[in-house]
Amino acid sequence: MAAPPMTRPDLQRDAQGRLKHFLTIDGLGGEILTEILDRAEGFAGVARQAVKKVPLCRGKIIANLFFENSTRTRTTFELAAKRLSADVLNLNISTSSTAKGETLLDTLRNLEAMHVDMFVVRHGDSGAAHFFAEHAAPHVSVVNAGDGRHSHPTQGMLDMFTIRRHKGDFGALTVAIVGDILHSRVARSQILALTALGAGEVRVIGPRTLIPTRVEELGVRVFHSLREGVRDADVVIMLRLQRERMDGALLPSEREYFQLYGLTERLLETAKPDAIVLHPGPINRGVEMDSQVADGPRSVILEQVSNGIAVRMAVMSLCLGTQSQRAQGDEDG
Amino acid sequence: MADGDSLSIRHGRLIDPANGIDGLLDLHIADGRILAVGAAPPGFTPDQVLEARGQVVCPGFVDLCARLREPGSEQTATIASETRAAAASGVTALCCPPDTQPLIDTPAVAQLIRQTAQRHGLARVLPAAALTQGLAGTQISEMAALKRAGCPVMSHADRPVVNTLVLRRALEYAATFDLTVFLHPEDPYLRAGGCVHEGRISTRLGLPGIPEAAETVAVARDLALAEQTGARVHFRGLSTARATEMLREAQERGIAATADVSAAQLVLTEDDVGRFDSNCHLIPPLRTARDRAALRAAVANGVIGAICSDHQPHEADAKLAPFPATAPGISALETLLPLALRLVDEDVAALPVVIARLTEGPAQILGKPLLGRLDEGHSADICVFDPEACWTLDPTRLVSRGRNTPFAGQVLKGQVTWTLLAGRVVYSRPLDNP
Repeated sequence: MAAPPMTRPDLQRDAQGRLKHFLTIDGLGGEILTEILDRAEGFAGVARQAVKKVPLCRGKIIANLFFENSTRTRTTFELAAKRLSADVLNLNISTSSTAKGETLLDTLRNLEAMHVDMFVVRHGDSGAAHFFAEHAAPHVSVVNAGDGRHSHPTQGMLDMFTIRRHKGDFGALTVAIVGDILHSRVARSQILALTALGAGEVRVIGPRTLIPTRVEELGVRVFHSLREGVRDADVVIMLRLQRERMDGALLPSEREYFQLYGLTERLLETAKPDAIVLHPGPINRGVEMDSQVADGPRSVILEQVSNGIAVRMAVMSLCLGTQSQRAQGDEDG
Repeated sequence: MADGDSLSIRHGRLIDPANGIDGLLDLHIADGRILAVGAAPPGFTPDQVLEARGQVVCPGFVDLCARLREPGSEQTATIASETRAAAASGVTALCCPPDTQPLIDTPAVAQLIRQTAQRHGLARVLPAAALTQGLAGTQISEMAALKRAGCPVMSHADRPVVNTLVLRRALEYAATFDLTVFLHPEDPYLRAGGCVHEGRISTRLGLPGIPEAAETVAVARDLALAEQTGARVHFRGLSTARATEMLREAQERGIAATADVSAAQLVLTEDDVGRFDSNCHLIPPLRTARDRAALRAAVANGVIGAICSDHQPHEADAKLAPFPATAPGISALETLLPLALRLVDEDVAALPVVIARLTEGPAQILGKPLLGRLDEGHSADICVFDPEACWTLDPTRLVSRGRNTPFAGQVLKGQVTWTLLAGRVVYSRPLDNP
């Protein structure tokens, strides 16, 4: 029988158990996630300094390798890298212009030959970041910036960072995640992070067409009614609904979706009075939520964007920091 | 050794399920044919003696699905390389699906494949002919001509026949010429680009899932058509428990439907996909432990009549991509026997039953009743294997050109010692490979 999955070596950590790649929340455990959040807390002040830079990754080259379009994620990764004093390469590679397989490896090898230290990878196929990490040279780190439906771990962590800043301890929290769970790498990362950090209750809410099979095994409760799902919630996370979901018989119309799963101020009244609302952006106003909620006092959506920079600085400096230690055998903070 | 030479295989455990034989019996061969089972005929002095003490002597295996990649992808593998791998696996006859390039939808391509295989002389290659022209699922192929060209069955490779009316007509036309039709039971709409079983792994890894119903809906449709038309339908590669139940019910009602299962499906489950192991990317996908148990039971009780390799050699590049972009399939000939023997080790089926599913069962499905058995006077296609020999799979030492296997580094039990095709030793285990 093939080796059981759990006994395969942990691709994300080095021999000392430190973070080498950041590919998925799965298997990391609360301790390392808390370390990322604490470190991000230290970086959150950098933006308010006159000189918005720290020299932690000076001399390192970070390549943003985006096979899928993204503005927000790529920009915040770029800003995070620059604040760490790293040199940044931005490569936008549309999958249509490159054959898959060998070409991906060729891209990797060519950039390695340019002495890139870290790849930030976004790709439309689930498992793409794992693929890069498995084939990267030993001194290179890979950070997953979103792979297919699988994982978007820095987004998951910036959401945890935002929640912790508002709510403190996760243990007492009820968190509701609303929308297209099936196709969402963001939802998977959030669920895994919340359960690893010991959140009291994690709920997923949506029609059956958008809830993946056996999702309960990830430690969540499933709701099909938004009203019931957000009742007494401390945190409500709205997921982006891709327009193409209307084509595949998954949903009848945006109108009905908004009627059933669109977040309004009235519905939010059943949540805790101090509940916060998150959304990974960009928002479809009038589809996932109405503008009153998006721009209202409970919305922390713009904070999420700023927090994204601090969290990505934390992840990149952690991975690159252990990389220096692996290379030099000394402590460089 | 020429065909005219004579040979005895002595002291082995002879298992010939078709004749109900299981015992310590010698086997004597002359002129490429089986001369006698048991005592040697008076005055018989063989040119060569194979000492098979502690080994099993059985008919050469008949594999219902092995891709050879020729014609069309000779850079990946060839008829020569893969029939050599077949010989090393105890397989003496194999059926190759019609999705070569060009396709096996004309007699010329079928004859080319057979002649090339005959020239190399390592295994019998029986090309399955395309059920529809270009495997496009619209116009039925020239089945009578393809049968005359040596194609024993019609097949649609791994492509579903989407148009149910075309399938009905194709089944009726095939039945006119007493041809069995191999079908890949998959509803393409329900598959919807999936690459793993829709279950806990697809949910955790965010991989597009293939629901059980993608198979059961197709099996239900095809069984209904088999019943309506009276045609013989063979499901190539079942993967779900529910489909085996549906097949059993259909067989009990007298519908002429059979099925096989790939050996890997009897051993692996969806959990083996682990962290995007592209060597576990199979179609149909690896499913749950419950499905695996039902497939094993169906092999044991004969509802599934054949275990096949579903051999799909690939170049390394085909597996070097993110999981959904990799080519599915395993280079599986050389693990066929050890994986099938797991059923004996794990008390699912007795050894003669497992051997029947590798020999007599697939031969019957192919409509080649002379293959897969050891009658006196029949061609001496024989496998001799050591059921206790353990070996570690090193992909670089596979005979097949395909190195793509999820069993790399694992210890496997059961190893072929000799393979004979028409009385000629076409494989003999090298001494440095104990």
